[in-house]
Amino acid sequence: MSLIKEPDYGTPARPGEAAVAVEIDGKEVLVPEGTSVMRAAAEAGVDIPKLCATDSLEPFGSCRLCLVDIDGRKGTPASCTTPVAPGMKVRTQTPKLAELRRGVMELYISDHPLDCLTCPANGDCELQDMAGVVGLREVRYGFDGENHLDEPTDSSNPYFDFDASKCISCSRCVRACDEVQGTFALTIEGRGFASKVAAGAGGSFMDSDCVSCGACVQACPTSTLQERSVVELGMPNRSVITTCAYCGVGCSFKAEMRGDEVVRMVPYKDGGANEGHSCVKGRFAFGYASHPDRRLKPMVRERITDPWREVEWEEAIGHVARRMLDIQAQHGADSIGGITSSRCTNEEVYAVQKMVRAAFGNNNVDTCARVCHSPTGYGLKQTYGTSAGTQDFKSVSKADVILVIGANPTDGHPVFASRMKRRLRQGAELIVADPRRIDLVRSPHIEAAHHLALAPGTNVALVNAFAHVVVTEGLVDREFVEERCEDFETWERFIARPEHSPEAVADITGVPADELRAAARLYASAPNAAIYYGLGVTEHSQGSTMVMGMANLAMATGNIGREGVGVNPLRGQNNVQGSCDMGSFPHELPGYGHVSDDAVRTVFETLWGRTLQSEPGLRIPNMFDSAIDGSFRALFVHGEDIAQSDPNTHHVSAALSALELVVVQDLFLNETSKFAHVFLPGTSFLEKDGTFTNAERRINRVRPVMAPKTGKHEWQIVCEIAQAMGYPMKYDNAAQIMDEVAITTPTFAGVSFDKLDRVGSVQWPCNDAAPEGTPIMHMDGFVRGKGRFVDTVYVPTEERSTRKYPLILTTGRILSQYNVGAQTRRTGNVAWHTEDVLELHPHDAEVRGIRDGDTVALASRVGETSLRARIDDRMPVGVVYTTFHHPITGANVVTTENSDWATNCPEYKVTAVQVALKQAASAPSAPVPVPAVVE
Amino acid sequence: MTNAPNSAHIRLANEIAVQFRHRDPATAAEEIAVHIRTFWDPRMRARLIADAEAGNGELDPLIVSVASLLPPPVVR
Repeated sequence: MSLIKEPDYGTPARPGEAAVAVEIDGKEVLVPEGTSVMRAAAEAGVDIPKLCATDSLEPFGSCRLCLVDIDGRKGTPASCTTPVAPGMKVRTQTPKLAELRRGVMELYISDHPLDCLTCPANGDCELQDMAGVVGLREVRYGFDGENHLDEPTDSSNPYFDFDASKCISCSRCVRACDEVQGTFALTIEGRGFASKVAAGAGGSFMDSDCVSCGACVQACPTSTLQERSVVELGMPNRSVITTCAYCGVGCSFKAEMRGDEVVRMVPYKDGGANEGHSCVKGRFAFGYASHPDRRLKPMVRERITDPWREVEWEEAIGHVARRMLDIQAQHGADSIGGITSSRCTNEEVYAVQKMVRAAFGNNNVDTCARVCHSPTGYGLKQTYGTSAGTQDFKSVSKADVILVIGANPTDGHPVFASRMKRRLRQGAELIVADPRRIDLVRSPHIEAAHHLALAPGTNVALVNAFAHVVVTEGLVDREFVEERCEDFETWERFIARPEHSPEAVADITGVPADELRAAARLYASAPNAAIYYGLGVTEHSQGSTMVMGMANLAMATGNIGREGVGVNPLRGQNNVQGSCDMGSFPHELPGYGHVSDDAVRTVFETLWGRTLQSEPGLRIPNMFDSAIDGSFRALFVHGEDIAQSDPNTHHVSAALSALELVVVQDLFLNETSKFAHVFLPGTSFLEKDGTFTNAERRINRVRPVMAPKTGKHEWQIVCEIAQAMGYPMKYDNAAQIMDEVAITTPTFAGVSFDKLDRVGSVQWPCNDAAPEGTPIMHMDGFVRGKGRFVDTVYVPTEERSTRKYPLILTTGRILSQYNVGAQTRRTGNVAWHTEDVLELHPHDAEVRGIRDGDTVALASRVGETSLRARIDDRMPVGVVYTTFHHPITGANVVTTENSDWATNCPEYKVTAVQVALKQAASAPSAPVPVPAVVE
Repeated sequence: MTNAPNSAHIRLANEIAVQFRHRDPATAAEEIAVHIRTFWDPRMRARLIADAEAGNGELDPLIVSVASLLPPPVVR
């Protein structure tokens, strides 16, 4: 495959019917009203020269290269800023236009280095291309006049350089930062000839608000903003379209390669989730895949105190199979199990759960979604009938009010956050419910109408009060409810009770009643109101209740079943949705059919040739408990670091230590592998062949750009273990696994690699009824028939602040790091987040004698750790916050065994803690926490 | 509150009971029984039934009534 270059139409597409007829160079074309002449020309197959225009940005009209001649119009208007008009006749090539364009280019080139042959952008430079297009042959002004050729290069960013000497001041970078990313970190400083791009207040890129999303680099038409990997490795020569391996947004990228080496990852314009945008992780942080820490050979040891011994695949697989069978023979069929990974493909996950169900012969399979979005699965299935978000990402562009609860999209889901911010800049109203004043509350050109800084653990009281206002103030969409829902009257009586009023819950939530009422009215009165939520909803003792509470609220106000509305989980990892879809939960087979359902089980039993268990298996926390009580003896851990990511580290460590056999399959040795007896090296996303399913149910292809560095695909290894255990399980390729998924899983019935290669991506359900997929669910009716209202009683968490532990710790993530950090800590992203820090309010710091940068002890009733303090009034008094990206900090040493009542999802968001000064930053012997280095 | 793993099922069952306490006891017991049958591993269910039959005082009374609605699982 050669290098893919998507067509650039110069200006964005306009919505609406193609009803305006224009003639361009004698070619007729129909385009929607508002379309630029430049875009209409491009759609007619006529390329107009351009420099400041690109179709991801609104037209700007600064370069004057795109001038055209229009019948009946004076002068030569810029085609990018001139909208079409009915009957317009345009000429793009005349002697006069050619002369004008050459003149423009002559001026540009007179102040540009003539180093094309040694320039990193040679061959990928629009300035170079345009010089050729306009036929520039000489620069009459010479090169000795005043110029910018000695402007310095800013290399402060770990991933790209800013070479100001090559800048043509087209403002594309500035506009990309504003319009695409929404950060507004760049500007044009100065006037006239002195105009130049400046980051922030004129300092370096690293010192500015730049979030390194790469939009400016992508927009730059020259080598001014250039990936350092291109400078070092040269221009790529082939592209492979694949899917990012980080968050649940699931961005499509072109992996641009030289041979087997990735030169850069460029966001793909036709990617349904991201439409050409990216964040710092997906765009730049792929170096972990070739990091020297990667293990490429299987390893075995008898005891976890023994050194690892590298072995061949055959020995490793045989060892795993033999030990698993021995343990089952001694302790019973249910004494072993496995954990699937949301970082792995659907096909890999399907293979692991099949191995557990068919080869292990039990349902002891669970997934890391247990510790993040299992309440989403429970809550949305109870109310709507399916375990998935209702909308596609594009839907946010039609929302009038956006309610963000327990999510921090600018850090956790940055590419979706950019979409959301674009809509907010267009005028949509924003309500944020979060204890912290997250960036979205107030950022350039965005200000939340309401920031409901509720106390951690009081989500259900808050959402009930929202619904109370809706019900008692006549804001129910009666027509929707009567036609589409059931159990409303019971719920209406329940929610109208006085204990749910904003006034009654104000002391619980800490949110003033007036503000909550105003927010509820805003949400309920909007033509389109959408809820977006994250782990701040699910990782609570009432996570499932809260999901049902939000589902109730959306139904009561009729905000389901069309664009611009819905209940939308922002999934943490890239394939959380897919790992759940593929039957990773111990009670559900692929497609969410319950294991006790004979009809569902029969489908799989017939195909797999094994009788399957009809009882649910162990969830991850149950596996830990059962390991300690001795009834569970062996665990296959696929691509997860449960010893770092799961709560109450001491308990997890005790459980892992109690197991007779721990098998870890991963890229790197990690915290969990310290307890492992077998290490099976895994493949990075650059080697995988399969699919990921993102938070909008979009199934995207993950295409290998190189062969597995380990010699085997992960699904192959799983199959070989199953075979060695006596169960015939074989596929020739990953496409065959998806074909089996399509046979067994009704919502995937129309999915195949062939279709995905043909149409790009599909959103499930994808079947005969919806062969191209389903962007928005529940449009004509809920999956379960009628939407079901469920009473959501607020039950306070048992985790309370006490005299000994007076603060509440809540945990989260940061933009530059991902999950346990195994990937991002091995990239240049450590430039931004070298350690986990504890954020606390100035008051809480003051009374403890803590200053910014001091090392503090963080203790809960289950453990203690230490980390550096960051004093920040974004925190409310009484609440502290940290991340869990670095194992050296071990934030989960302090989190507890509390969990969601319905799903056992851990209550990461509420832990009673105390914070004490351990070592002042100014002390001469102050310890300096360092980024964790996994051995 | 306890960390002892052998009481994890009791703790979880009692937490479930609290979520359903607003319903009339018979309905609540039925719904909890469905929940436990749907989501719990048989060995946890067996322990719960055994605790209820043994009159374990840590169990919420609602859960004791739920236990009688649960079929005894076959633990392999």
